Amino acid sequence: MERISIDEARHVARLARLDLADGELDKLTGELSDLLEHVEAIRRLDTAEVPPTAHPLPLSNVFRPDEVRPSLERAEVLAAAPATEADRFLVPRILGEAP
Amino acid sequence: MSLLDGGVAELAAAVRSRQVSAAEVLEEALARIEEAETELHCFNTVMLEAARAQAEAVDGAIAAGRDPGQLAGVPVALKDNMCTRGTPTTCSSKILQNWVPPYDGTVVRRLAEAGAVAVGKTNLDEFAMGSSTENSAFGPTRNPWDLGRVPGGSSGGSAAAVAAGLVPLSFGSDTGGSIRQPASFCGVVGVKPTYGLVSRYGLVAFASSLDQIGSFGATVADAALALEVAAGHDPLDSTSLDLPAPRLVEALGEGVEGLRVGVVDDFLAEVAPSCSLAAVAAAEALAAAGASCENVSIPEMLLGLPAYYIIAPAEASSNLARYDGVRYGLRVDGPDVETMNARTRAAGFGAEVRRRIMIGTYALSAGYYDAYYGQAQRARTILIRAFDAAYERFDVLVAPSTPSSAFAFGAKTEDPIEMYMSDLCTIPSNLSGHPAVSVPFALDSDGLPVGVQVLAPALGEPVMLRVAAALEAVAPPGVRGPVRPAASSSAVATGGGGGGRAGEGGGEVAGG
Amino acid sequence: MAEYETVVGLEVHCELSTRTKLFCGCANAFGAEPNTNVCPVCLGLPGSLPVLNEQAVELAMRIGEALHCEIRPSIFHRKNYFYPDMPKDYQISQYDEPINVDGLLELPDGSRVGIVRAHMEEDTGKTTHVGGGGRIHEAGHSLVDYNRAGVPLVEIVSAPDITSAAQARAYVAELRAILVATGASDGRMEEGSLRVDANVSIRRAGSDELGTRCEVKNLNSLRSLGRAIEHEADRQASLVDSGERVTQETRHWDENASRTHSLRSKEEAYDYRYFPEPDLVPLVPDEALRQRASSALGLMPAARRARLQAALGGAEHARALMDQIGTVIELSLDDLVLAASAGGADPKHALNRAANELASQGERARALDPVSFASLLALESSGTLSATQVKAVLPELVEHGGDPAEVARRHGFEQLGTEELESAIDGVISASPTEWERYVSGDARIAGFLAGQVMKATRGRANGKVVAEALAARRAGVSAR
Ligand SMILES: [Mg+2]
Ligand SMILES: [Zn+2]
Repeated sequence: MERISIDEARHVARLARLDLADGELDKLTGELSDLLEHVEAIRRLDTAEVPPTAHPLPLSNVFRPDEVRPSLERAEVLAAAPATEADRFLVPRILGEAP
Repeated sequence: MSLLDGGVAELAAAVRSRQVSAAEVLEEALARIEEAETELHCFNTVMLEAARAQAEAVDGAIAAGRDPGQLAGVPVALKDNMCTRGTPTTCSSKILQNWVPPYDGTVVRRLAEAGAVAVGKTNLDEFAMGSSTENSAFGPTRNPWDLGRVPGGSSGGSAAAVAAGLVPLSFGSDTGGSIRQPASFCGVVGVKPTYGLVSRYGLVAFASSLDQIGSFGATVADAALALEVAAGHDPLDSTSLDLPAPRLVEALGEGVEGLRVGVVDDFLAEVAPSCSLAAVAAAEALAAAGASCENVSIPEMLLGLPAYYIIAPAEASSNLARYDGVRYGLRVDGPDVETMNARTRAAGFGAEVRRRIMIGTYALSAGYYDAYYGQAQRARTILIRAFDAAYERFDVLVAPSTPSSAFAFGAKTEDPIEMYMSDLCTIPSNLSGHPAVSVPFALDSDGLPVGVQVLAPALGEPVMLRVAAALEAVAPPGVRGPVRPAASSSAVATGGGGGGRAGEGGGEVAGG
Repeated sequence: MAEYETVVGLEVHCELSTRTKLFCGCANAFGAEPNTNVCPVCLGLPGSLPVLNEQAVELAMRIGEALHCEIRPSIFHRKNYFYPDMPKDYQISQYDEPINVDGLLELPDGSRVGIVRAHMEEDTGKTTHVGGGGRIHEAGHSLVDYNRAGVPLVEIVSAPDITSAAQARAYVAELRAILVATGASDGRMEEGSLRVDANVSIRRAGSDELGTRCEVKNLNSLRSLGRAIEHEADRQASLVDSGERVTQETRHWDENASRTHSLRSKEEAYDYRYFPEPDLVPLVPDEALRQRASSALGLMPAARRARLQAALGGAEHARALMDQIGTVIELSLDDLVLAASAGGADPKHALNRAANELASQGERARALDPVSFASLLALESSGTLSATQVKAVLPELVEHGGDPAEVARRHGFEQLGTEELESAIDGVISASPTEWERYVSGDARIAGFLAGQVMKATRGRANGKVVAEALAARRAGVSAR
């Protein structure tokens, strides 16, 4: 039976970019473990011969023609932003380059 | 009796023939909303100006001799996760509290093109995650049948608005039962269509491979008409089926003679007696109407819940990553972008959303993908195969909609898994992408409505709705709305089959 | 110091030359005003959904074909990580089922580099760092423009078959030529249309084992690619020599400091949580798609090189001309050279003029009419026009077209009459009697001086070859007397 450790939960919170207080992290660690117990039946299924279903529809090759459509008004786009500068979205300093 | 309480088709016909103006219809709906809203809280936003402009446009079109469409002048309510240009779309989340979309979703646009008048955005569990509408950042919606009880969820506001007769039609989204479960709790009809039948463009994603928009109506005919308008191919949604919009209303009265109906055994022992009894009674009623009914065991149905609680959070964890405080919505500042993201998301998302993001992130993370997400996708295949086998023998399946009738506020908020169980009977159709409808069919010992589900194979909506209409025709009186919350019921004239129910049990806060 | 071999694998991100982005109808255009080519889809607004651009698929398939890949059914995945230039905080990319796998690229020197995969994905937005001299770590805050977000990319991943900086440069140059030839890319490295990351490791000479590799980013030109690989290999060699280990990491090439430095400010294991993109359906290259992609495919650079070599009299003859051939192919002027040759021009002459004078005209040179190119070359080789005059006429022909003789006349480049030439020679003889004497008495080294004087006197209108002949004839006359 899989139980999650608080360190694991902390790692997951970091991956998910959630700044959780220690108290909540504790609570979530327990709840996550309970849920994993609940879905144990899934882990135990014999699926050696079963392909995964990513999608309920058997569709393929859905395309869009390469034709330009109008873009949004910049003023409207920027109006929704928490902070802008020089017609761009402003963010606090970035600690590392993109992976 | 007000036209608002009659059929939607009749209301649209009255508007088209200028028997009543769209503006008059709208004002009556707005008056009802104003009167009921303090108690019910169905709406996050009432679109006063936009609705009046739309009603005026409909009346103008009619005056100019143009046909505004099948839903001319019909007030509709939209779940607040459907994007509406110029009107806030919040998903009942603090993180989107002030967000105003710069575009209309496809369903929103289709409704307007059919002459419908969108009157407001209805309350939901935050990002559609929940089964009681208690997870709204803006307070819960109350069940008009009993103000101490939840309306179900996540489309609780849309279900309650129709149940209370505030609007004749509403739309919701159904990822694991979020239309059918509140429909059952509120005594209205709720349809989850085949995955891909209705465009998801403009529906704020919860779990993309499961989400479908569907309709609520007081009757099967109303919900079917709404679905006809909303359905149809959309080039903006890659998962939209490239088929002509289905004709659903015309065949509703054809009866069930000769249909093969399977009653799903596996849920009957898992749900409250009132719910299993309703399903059994429905099968008997269908048999009496000429269908052949047989019990069928599909044990794979019980894989649905655990598979869902891996797949849905996994997809959600990715879909909700974009709420990072950079482009729109809430920002909680921080010294660097990472801290800003993490603070924004912790403050902007409620507890249930945070919980599901954590589950989903875990299920997808390195070393666990195969054990959880991969296995759940395989369980999905197993479930679909079981459905396929059943549909070789049956035209439709009948099952309970929910494990219980509407429960009291707070009854399940402390135990997430207990809350998740609410979707036991509805989840399989989301995993398979098949259509299902909940029809009010019984009252329990507390006088609360209990729905029954009709399930059908992909694109089986016509036969599914025919069966639902047959059930509706023989349902006991008083199982459906509109009902008025007790405090205001005396002031408003109500009509329709549920009139007698008004006030019973209302006002008392049970449980809590 | 031990002997090491450098092992390099390259990841090249190529922006596709589509009209619109990968999943929405916003214009795919470089240099627009910030945040003007954005819509709900490429901004990742709630409720928006991606729809795949058919042309991007075709271009990706052309690339696969040109690189001799197996073109396969593919699905898109989500690559989840937070970064402010990525509107959805995941990138839609082909992960374990890419459209192109197992290809091959043959370099002009005959060496071969394996292509592991060439998959489709979306580009990110562009971030500007404010303060701290524009460097990310010292910046006070950053600004994001999402015009580039969602632009279609094909990421081409080579096998670690490259063994030197020079070969890496040759690989990127050849790949670039191929991408341009397929029509998939404009190949402009300076605009970021082509971006290269290098995975560099070293191993003891002769060993088959791969060393720990470092990924070097920020290689904006062939020059920085070559230098960065050399420096990185040296850095790793001195680490190993001093008994240290190479750590697997991403390093940033600093062109000014001529060194690489580590990128990660804190160790963080990335966990991309890939899963199939539920908003898109599988992409299955069927016969119709394959047909369209391969019929749109032009001749590849290798075939075009072979064609030019044949016109020049075979590979042996062409060996000395490889640079010119390379230039002409890179600029797609080879068709012009071949057409002019077919029209009677000397192929070597045509190649030379194309690789030098035409090349300086840039891309528009491709528009030159081969017939007028051929007749211009004929005017030159017959001595009617001088080389200088040809160089003056060409830009106008490129710009406006027309008959070269006519254009030359407009420039005042009438053929110099015999009389005029003879009188110019008379003038030079009388102005430089000493030099003339030396010439007549057999000092061939002075011929160039005299011819130059004649050219000067005729203000470049005389043809060098004709002048030389006239001078020689005059000397013969003097000696005969
Ligand atoms: Mg990549
Ligand atoms: Zn766009």
